[in-house]
Amino acid sequence: MIHLAIRFGFIVLLLGLVIFFSVAAGGFASPQSAVFIFQSVAITGILALGVTCTLVVGGFDLSIGSVATSALMLSSYVMVIWEQGAMVAILACIAMGALVGAINGWLIVRMKVPDLLATLGMMFLLIGLQRIPTEGRSIATGMTLPDGSVASGVFSPAFLALGRHRFDVVIERLLPVSVVILVVIAVLVWLFLEYTRHGRLMYAIGSNERASRLAGVAVDRYKITAYVISGVLASTGGILMAARLGRGDIASGNNLLLDAVAASLIGYAVLGAARPNAFGTASGALFVGILLQGLTMMNAPYYTQDFVKGAVLVIALMFTFSLSARRDAGV
Amino acid sequence: MIDVLELHGIEKSFGRNHVLHDVSLSLAAAQVTVLMGANGAGKSTLVKILSGVYARDAGEIRLGGKRYDPASPLMARAAGVVTVHQGIDDGVVPDLDVAANLMLEELAIGRTGLWYRRSRIRARAAPVAERMGLDLDLDRPVRELGLADRQMVAIARALAADPRVLVLDEPTSSLSSREAERLFGLIDRLREQGVAILYISHRTSDIQRVADRIVAMRDGRIAGEFERRDDDTLDTDAALEAMLGRVVAPADVEARQSKGVLLELDALQLHADAPPVSLVFAPGEIVAVTGLVGSGKTALGETLFGLRKPLSGSMHVDGKDHAPQAPAEAIASGVFLAPKERARNAVIPDFDITANLSLPFVERLSMLGFVNRARERRDARTLIDTLAVVCRSTADLITTLSGGNQQKVMVGRWLSVPSRVLVLDEPFQGVDIQARRDIGQRLRDGACARVTLVLVSELDEALEVADRIIVMAGSTVVGNHLNHGIDVARVLADVATSDQDSRQAA
Repeated sequence: MIHLAIRFGFIVLLLGLVIFFSVAAGGFASPQSAVFIFQSVAITGILALGVTCTLVVGGFDLSIGSVATSALMLSSYVMVIWEQGAMVAILACIAMGALVGAINGWLIVRMKVPDLLATLGMMFLLIGLQRIPTEGRSIATGMTLPDGSVASGVFSPAFLALGRHRFDVVIERLLPVSVVILVVIAVLVWLFLEYTRHGRLMYAIGSNERASRLAGVAVDRYKITAYVISGVLASTGGILMAARLGRGDIASGNNLLLDAVAASLIGYAVLGAARPNAFGTASGALFVGILLQGLTMMNAPYYTQDFVKGAVLVIALMFTFSLSARRDAGV
Repeated sequence: MIDVLELHGIEKSFGRNHVLHDVSLSLAAAQVTVLMGANGAGKSTLVKILSGVYARDAGEIRLGGKRYDPASPLMARAAGVVTVHQGIDDGVVPDLDVAANLMLEELAIGRTGLWYRRSRIRARAAPVAERMGLDLDLDRPVRELGLADRQMVAIARALAADPRVLVLDEPTSSLSSREAERLFGLIDRLREQGVAILYISHRTSDIQRVADRIVAMRDGRIAGEFERRDDDTLDTDAALEAMLGRVVAPADVEARQSKGVLLELDALQLHADAPPVSLVFAPGEIVAVTGLVGSGKTALGETLFGLRKPLSGSMHVDGKDHAPQAPAEAIASGVFLAPKERARNAVIPDFDITANLSLPFVERLSMLGFVNRARERRDARTLIDTLAVVCRSTADLITTLSGGNQQKVMVGRWLSVPSRVLVLDEPFQGVDIQARRDIGQRLRDGACARVTLVLVSELDEALEVADRIIVMAGSTVVGNHLNHGIDVARVLADVATSDQDSRQAA
């Protein structure tokens, strides 16, 4: 009984929620509503998949939120102030994410800084750094630069399409690009973690680093790679955010870190995995999205959202740690 | 002689594992009793019962004639039984100064009042330091002190409570001989003050220096007591023999004599003070390397596996130079190591049996980076069958297996791919006799093309599996015996060679 509860409890809860909202909130059970839910969790989900990779090697990445907002500012800066195209902006962001990840990994592996502290430091550093080039202002076409000139570059249409284009699937203009990207990344991360040698060794490191090293695993390299993956996925999330907003908004992305971490931790409870996993993370992000969308459609006020997210997280963690511990004790 | 502490018929089991059998022991005032025993003999369990960490299952303890039943370390301390544990840094707080460390118990209980007044702590600590002959600046943070001074502080703190019984668990394991001598001076003073001391050690030279009496433990029983004789000599050899145990059953091994050279150690120096080691190993040989804890067995294995570098000298495998920088390099050249302490060093607790078995060689089971799971399972099935691992399926979590079966999996991990040199560090640790035989048999069956080095502290285990037995002490080789009509007494004498002896022999 307890085995079934641990394994399928979360999925049953998810389905129950969908059925409840479908009945209780008119218009919840529609393709548009489903797409809206996916879109609302796309960026969080991509970031959460990155954190999941660092959780797998027994680490943690607190810098993802600030990497995403840095990518938002960087892409805007490249297009609006340097007047470059979409491709340059995207490559610059990805390179920035990879670099930040590599520095995080280097701090943790070589400088022996504990993971939480290294990435917390990096988070502060990036939050500050992204404000320096524009003296703390948001970036938009027509803004006055510190030297007195006016920024004349624009967001390229190709770039904005990443955030605003919708594919025609059965219904016209149904599926946003960001949702497609989320699904592709989720499948790739899932295949990578579950089925490749690299993913297997990452899990081994997370479970017993010392034993992995003594079995000949190049632990340092795998750990750095995990942070690079996390950085790249976070900057991808930032690119999508920039494409949706169409400006370098200095105040965006406040909740990204906590939402992403919550999604990956809720993911521990899915299918009784009791460990970080890509499928769980994606389900966790989706769960939060469904809950918030449903409650909004039932006219729950916006300020209850964080409370709901927190409650879900606490319950999921209880599922994972308390129940799994009891299962392992053979009760 | 007054017996301060008396133990009668102490029994202790953990689950089905019976650790102490009818242990009776008494400690006299103004006497140093040394407790000897191999790993797993039950020494630490006994100490933990004395210091109130574990409760005994049966038996009686009397302290100064009264019943003594400590329910916690704090109660043991209050009754006058104080223990200084093996890890020195468990006994001191590095960031506090010496004075605060000496007064730590009072600080913890809150007897020093609400405010932390440095001058008052210092004034209270000074007499404690003086009585101990502790010649240290009381204002210095403990983290700036050397190991010996830290050890002194830990002991001084222990003595602030005026103990009647002091238990020292391997206090010299991280001290140099000069630092150790300071500790012995302190022990001499305490003895004069009438404290009963229980001293746990493996080092023969320490034991000769401090012991009034040796108690040897083996397999949870008292195996013998040896008093210092009137001519001031102690029979440590007899004590060692009691502790290690004579081999009763003849070894059921047919020692093979092999020819040729597969592995060669050329003037390999493992420790600054130790003479270099030169050895040759033939293909097909199983060699047991034995010696007490700290004799350098593990260092030898780690050097072969690229975990530490020799100070000088070289290693050759199949005539080629072998100087691995990391385990991965050693594995690539066919030198494998199954480390000791499997829970810490080998087991991946979140993985099932299959993934634990394939861990070092998962690359061979992969195509384009993807693991071929069907092949992985098939290979695991074969290994499980040959090793007789008791389990429900290859998908069982490793942690659901018994210790012996986990150990079989950890050894099996390194048997799945042919090796040139296979080193197993304490492969029989925490393993019952049947599993031990299974593992030994499997090692002998597949030994023909490689050199197998088995590092064990128990001589019985060495005799059971090896063609040849090498004895180490003080990070060098002190004996080399073919396991054929072997003179056990001579091997035991080699095992008992002290660090000093081995260094003088150089």
